[in-house]
Amino acid sequence: MSTVPQETRAAQTGRPMDRADARAKVTGAARYSAEYAPPGTVHAVLVGAEIAAGEVTGIDAQEALRSDGVLAVLSHLNLPPLAAEPHLLPSLAGASASGQSFFPMRDARVHYAGQPVAMVVADTLERAGHAASLLRIGYRGEPHVTTLEEGREHSYEPERIFAGFMPGRMGRGDVEAGLAEADVVVDAVHRMSANHHNPIETAAATAHWEDGRLTVHDSTQGPTATRLTVAELLGIPPSQVRVVATAVGGSFGSKAMIWAHPTLAAMAARHVRAPVKLSVTREQMFTACGHREEQEQRITVGARRDGTLTAIRHHKLSPTSPFDDWAEPSLEMPARMYACPNHEGVYRLFRANTMTPAFMRAPGEASGMFALETAMDELASQLGIDPVDLRLRNHSDTDPTSGLPWSSKGLRECYERGAQMFGWHDRDPVPGTRTDGHWLVGTGMASAVYPVYQAMNPQRARVRLHADGRAVAETACAEFGTGVGAVMRQVAAAALGIDAEQVEARYGDTDLPTTVAAVGSAGSGAISAAVHTAATALREQMVERAVADPDSPLHGADPARVEVAGGRMFVRDGGGESYTDLLRRHMMFDAEALGSWDPPGSDAGFAAATFGAQFAEVGVDPDLGLVRVRRMLGVFAPGRVLNAKTARSQLMGGMLWGLGHALLEATRMDPDSGRWANASMGDYLLPVNADAPEVRVEFAEVEDRMVNPLGVKGVGEVGVVGASAAIANAVHHATGRRFRDLPITVEAVLGRG
Amino acid sequence: MHPFAYTRVSDVATAVEEVASDPGSEFLAGGTTEVDMLRVGVARPRRVVDINALPISRIEEGDGGVRLGGLARMSDVAAHPVVRERYPVLAQALEKGASPQLRNMATIGGNLMQRVRCAYFRDGGAACNKRVPGSGCAAVGGVNRGHAVLGTSEHCIAAHPSDAAVALTALDAVVRLRGPDGERSVPVDDFFLLPGDTPEREHPVGHGELITAVDVPPVPAARTSVYLKVRDRESYEFALASAAVVLRVEDGMVAEARIGLGGVATKPWRAREAEGALVGAPAEGASYELAAVREMQGAVPRGMNAFKVELAERTVVRALHMAAERQGGAR
Repeated sequence: MSTVPQETRAAQTGRPMDRADARAKVTGAARYSAEYAPPGTVHAVLVGAEIAAGEVTGIDAQEALRSDGVLAVLSHLNLPPLAAEPHLLPSLAGASASGQSFFPMRDARVHYAGQPVAMVVADTLERAGHAASLLRIGYRGEPHVTTLEEGREHSYEPERIFAGFMPGRMGRGDVEAGLAEADVVVDAVHRMSANHHNPIETAAATAHWEDGRLTVHDSTQGPTATRLTVAELLGIPPSQVRVVATAVGGSFGSKAMIWAHPTLAAMAARHVRAPVKLSVTREQMFTACGHREEQEQRITVGARRDGTLTAIRHHKLSPTSPFDDWAEPSLEMPARMYACPNHEGVYRLFRANTMTPAFMRAPGEASGMFALETAMDELASQLGIDPVDLRLRNHSDTDPTSGLPWSSKGLRECYERGAQMFGWHDRDPVPGTRTDGHWLVGTGMASAVYPVYQAMNPQRARVRLHADGRAVAETACAEFGTGVGAVMRQVAAAALGIDAEQVEARYGDTDLPTTVAAVGSAGSGAISAAVHTAATALREQMVERAVADPDSPLHGADPARVEVAGGRMFVRDGGGESYTDLLRRHMMFDAEALGSWDPPGSDAGFAAATFGAQFAEVGVDPDLGLVRVRRMLGVFAPGRVLNAKTARSQLMGGMLWGLGHALLEATRMDPDSGRWANASMGDYLLPVNADAPEVRVEFAEVEDRMVNPLGVKGVGEVGVVGASAAIANAVHHATGRRFRDLPITVEAVLGRG
Repeated sequence: MHPFAYTRVSDVATAVEEVASDPGSEFLAGGTTEVDMLRVGVARPRRVVDINALPISRIEEGDGGVRLGGLARMSDVAAHPVVRERYPVLAQALEKGASPQLRNMATIGGNLMQRVRCAYFRDGGAACNKRVPGSGCAAVGGVNRGHAVLGTSEHCIAAHPSDAAVALTALDAVVRLRGPDGERSVPVDDFFLLPGDTPEREHPVGHGELITAVDVPPVPAARTSVYLKVRDRESYEFALASAAVVLRVEDGMVAEARIGLGGVATKPWRAREAEGALVGAPAEGASYELAAVREMQGAVPRGMNAFKVELAERTVVRALHMAAERQGGAR
């Protein structure tokens, strides 16, 4: 299929390259969704419910409406009806993708604190905010449920979770029999706090109607998903909705689904007949874009004396919203991690007064693998087997759930390289033996795994080659910090045989060829496949034109023997010419091609995941309750690395995310009020630079010929997975004490948690 | 945000006059707390009077001490060679507070006047006696992991957030005020009121009184002083517990001890019980532990913050060891 030698292609893909948007973002030149102001733009602010359950008994808007600059107060009393019911569906499906099966302000009912109950529109943001504070909203409160303690007694086993994508119960073999065969059984309960994403850019949308056509500047991972969702809810043809998201300031899953605000902005804009900007406040980010749910996981792992696993039983209990059966799929990848004949995974949910939780970076894998990998560490201690060795003894060459072969794996190499680079084998396995001043020092490791998700519909891109030798690659996808813009340049350049610096990437606009939301670490695979397909088609078009042209030095050559490099088409030991010469001779200023790639279906006959191994060293000050991570190493096998710099950054960011998961991140519920009690960046703790240790990222090279044309398995999330377990296992090694709840707080280390 | 007017003034007398004559006016210095309060609707002045142009930002070396202008920026105070040499405890406390950006804006006077970080105080939907007297205290039975265990009342348990004020308390600094009736001085320990049953009243300061300076007296032993701050993350977080320690050891016995506690009390806390227990005792771990335990005997834990009692004790003990080592190293 390819006429490009592997080494030429490698010169463009794989090499480190700066992000396409780097300079614009760090200099402030990039324009985010709330920074667009078509002439006459006015501002909307949302007012959230102060109670967690009950109903709005009245809204007195008189004073607000009299306030300077106020144009409208919208609520369930006057908001126009929706054209369709919102229906929770992950945006990877490529259809409309509401984040919850609920849309606010359609009736008086309050399901959760912070649920929008009114929207104020005014000429300036300050006036809108002030008027919002003048609303007098009456409530009739009802008892609410927001915590595991309150909901445990009312839990149920859902038929399906995750918007119907996964079963509520899974299993293979006979777990009871497996546990009976075990020589050692670890049985542990893990509690994990709720987490919120908090990207730097809060969610925002600017909506603008013009001749019945709607333009929305939205901060989203999927412009196409926003288009389809807003169009469906408003009852207008998707072709009449353009969504632009040229700069997005981080997401981590908070912008993977389409929440109410872009639709509300469009409704407000229609109501006041002016462009409307609706920006969610930082505090509202805690009740506007989903979260990782609080959860409890009980895991029971049995093994023979030689370390062979005999059974894994893994149960999860978590709160969901009143309207959706949502649990992040914590049990799925732990079930597929090791060769173990007997497995049982069961989700239990209870209805709580929160919004529907959502994807949060490594949704399910981060929490589920924390439980499994902590249990594996405990098992290793009890059996007296080295933790790396225990994992190697249970390595599975096929997917234990389906029995299918892995498209590629590379995990053994991750363990071996990691252990060697980290100095793992010099470790004294006895806990509490290393000190450094006041610090107890320990090391720990864990496996990492993240599935390869595939889009469900064709992924398209367009590549245009100008006669001046420059090219443009276009897709609708959003660049929210992943580096996809650079990757588009590199992939197009490799297929055309030109320098990546000669390629411009255009993205973040539904006017461009359609791609799915970049979610589930599937963005680089889908988008690189689309761009590669388009650029390859363009190259073939150029070659065919040259070999058919009597004036071309390539006339009559076999197209399969024509190579491209340095902007030239040539045959080895023969003649050739540049794209520029060919195009000019043909009076063409440019040429272009569309590419469309059909992802493999779920019946493709293979299983696919990205694997890795995480290592961490921590210091624990037992007197002051402090845990500080000293170094981290992750070795991953993500298939082809398209851009060494952005891939490394993604994985490093993931590992630091895991550090936060292990030690800091917790949204704390105030049970009395049913409201999050630390909804601010001052009170919700993320790691800062001073917490970041030496983080090394290494790649184990595997070639994957199955998942997509370039063999890209994704790096956005696997860096998170296992990081918290490696840290917690290191804390155990440092102290001899096992911490099963996250985050591991000062009070927990002091034994007062 | 509630609408308000904005005025800028350039001399102290006018600043005092402008605010003293109008109950709806408030001073605006670095704004690092005040602007937050305006944004969340907790502060609702009719007008803010910007005092950043007043000529009270100098740091002046005195006779063995130092005078910090009320508008001296945290970053400038922390970097000042006299402060670093004579009062490392203060430089360290400043550098462990906030972030570089905030320290470049925030002033010493504003640092003393900053409002508590209690989430219920900042949340207009929650009960808070400090914000709305008589409305109750949601923190007492709520998410109070960060709250105080010393100096609390049933009406308020919000911890005082300042680091610098903890060091200044240990150093017996004096707050100089200028008001409509002239100048006066208040020892920093008296400058902070316990919440009692009037948590809305935080300072013995009249409306329109302005902090013109903070005088730090000569404390020779402070040259080896230490500020230890314990927190969940390594930077940019308020203290779970902190200790400012000035220690002088002679012939193995504690001759002088000054201890301030942060993160665990409703005001920058002078640990006089611990100081009393230390002076005359052998400079060793057992004395430090005894002193720390004695100080925390009066602590009242409320649920999630129970760990702070032990944490504060251990923080004091560790800081005493550090100060003793520093003095040993300095000799």
